[in-house]
Amino acid sequence: MKAPDFAYARPASLDAALALLAAHGEDAVPLAGGQSLVTALNMRLSAPALLVDLNAIPGLAGVTEAEGIVRIGALTRHRDVGTAETVRARLPLLAAAMPHIAHPAIRNRGTIGGSVALADPATEWPACCLAGGATIVLRGPGTERRVAAEDFFLGLYTTALEPGEIVTTVEFPVPESDSVWAFEELSRRHGDYALAGLAATARRNGAGLRDVRLAFFGVADRPVLARGAASALEAGDVAGAQAALADELDPPDDPATRAATRLQLARVILGRAASRMLGRQGGSQDV
Amino acid sequence: MSENRASENPDREHAVAFTLNGEAVRARVPARMHLGDLLRGAFGLTGVHLGCEHGVCGACTILVDGRAVRACLMLGVQADGTRVETVEGLTESGRIRDLQDAFHTRNALQCGYCTPGMLVTAAELLAEGEEAGDVPSRDVIRAAISGNYCRCTGYHAIVDAVAVTAQARHAARREVAE
Repeated sequence: MKAPDFAYARPASLDAALALLAAHGEDAVPLAGGQSLVTALNMRLSAPALLVDLNAIPGLAGVTEAEGIVRIGALTRHRDVGTAETVRARLPLLAAAMPHIAHPAIRNRGTIGGSVALADPATEWPACCLAGGATIVLRGPGTERRVAAEDFFLGLYTTALEPGEIVTTVEFPVPESDSVWAFEELSRRHGDYALAGLAATARRNGAGLRDVRLAFFGVADRPVLARGAASALEAGDVAGAQAALADELDPPDDPATRAATRLQLARVILGRAASRMLGRQGGSQDV
Repeated sequence: MSENRASENPDREHAVAFTLNGEAVRARVPARMHLGDLLRGAFGLTGVHLGCEHGVCGACTILVDGRAVRACLMLGVQADGTRVETVEGLTESGRIRDLQDAFHTRNALQCGYCTPGMLVTAAELLAEGEEAGDVPSRDVIRAAISGNYCRCTGYHAIVDAVAVTAQARHAARREVAE
C-alpha cells in the first residue's frame, strides 16, 4: 500500500505543465485532486514516471458567469463547485449532486476537472455535464479544443482527451427560466458508488415537459443520455419512458448486483425524477 | 527561500516547508511518500492513523488549510506552503476538548483506531455549524462521518457524542449572545 517510485513536479504555469506533459509523453500523468490517482498509486494499479501537479497553476480554480455561460475551473474542488453562489443560483442540479460525491474529506480535495478527465462511469459530474449540455475545454501545447460533453465521454475511463491535453474548464449554459431538473442516486451506503443514478433537465411545456435530457450513470461503461426515454417523457408517457430504458441502457452484471436489478433501479429513479420535474420547479434529493 | 521549496522541475525528492500544528517546519520528502507517512515518520505524529491507505477508512483524516482531507491521498510534497493540523495539534490547542470529553463519556470509542479521524471529521463539521449558526441533525452527522469506518461502536455512540457537543456549543453561543 505504498506508491511506487516516481518523480514529481509542480509547475507554476499552465504552459510549463503542458510542456512537461509533452516532453514526458505517456510516462507523465497530470495530478489534480488526486483522490483517485493517489489511490491507484498506493494500490500500485498505476506506475507513472512523473506526476505533474496542477495545483499551483493560477486561474484553474473558481466559478465565473458571463454572457449566459457558467465557467467552472478544472481545479475547483467538488465542495466548492456545489457551494458556489453562482452554481446554487444557476446550476442547482450540480449543487444537489455534490453531496453524493464520496465523503466530505474527498469532496474537499477532489476536483471537477479530475473527475471529468477520469470518466469513471459511476460518478456524478460526467452525468451532470451530459444533462446540462456542458462543453469541456481542453488545452494541449499550443492548442485549445472545446468538446461537447456528448462527444467527450467515450467509454470506461475513456474520453476525447488526447495525450498531452488536460481539462481546463467545464462550461455550462445558464438554463432558461422555465427549466426544471432532478438528481437521483441509489447506493448501498452514503458515499458509495452509485448502483444507478440520474441527472435530468427539461423545460416546462404547459403541464408537460420539453427538451428533456436524461443522463444515467452507474448503469453502463459511460454516462448515457437516454434519448428514447426522453422522447417518451416529452410525450407525457412516464411508463413508456421507463420501458424504453431496456433498449437504451446496458448495465454491467456483477456478483453484487445483477444487470436486471440495475435496470429496475434506473426505472425507479426515472419515475421519481419525472414526478419531480412534472410536479414542481426543480427537484430535490434526500441526502 | 524558493530554492528550498518543492520544485517546478521533476525530481524524486523535494524540500518542503509548511506550518504543522502552528509551527513552521521543513523536511526533505521522497515524491512517492504520502502525507500520512511524512507526518508519522518525520514528525512523530502517530495520531495520524493509517488504516487502508487508499482513502476508504478515514482514520488518517487531518486538516489542511482548515479542511478535512485524507493524509493518505495527499503526497507529502503537496504539504509545501500549507497549514497542516493533526489530532495532536487540535488536542493541544484545546479546541476539541469538549468533543473529546463527549467521546469519553458517551463511550464513542473502544479500540480507538478510528478516533483521531472521527475527531478531525467532527471538528470540521462542528466548525461549519458554528459558522452557519445551527446545530447539525443526527442525519447530517451520520452523512459527515460516512467516510470514517468504525468497527467497534456501531456508530450510535459517536453520533451521540458529536450531537451533544454541537448542542452544548450552540447553547453556550446563545448564552453569550444573550
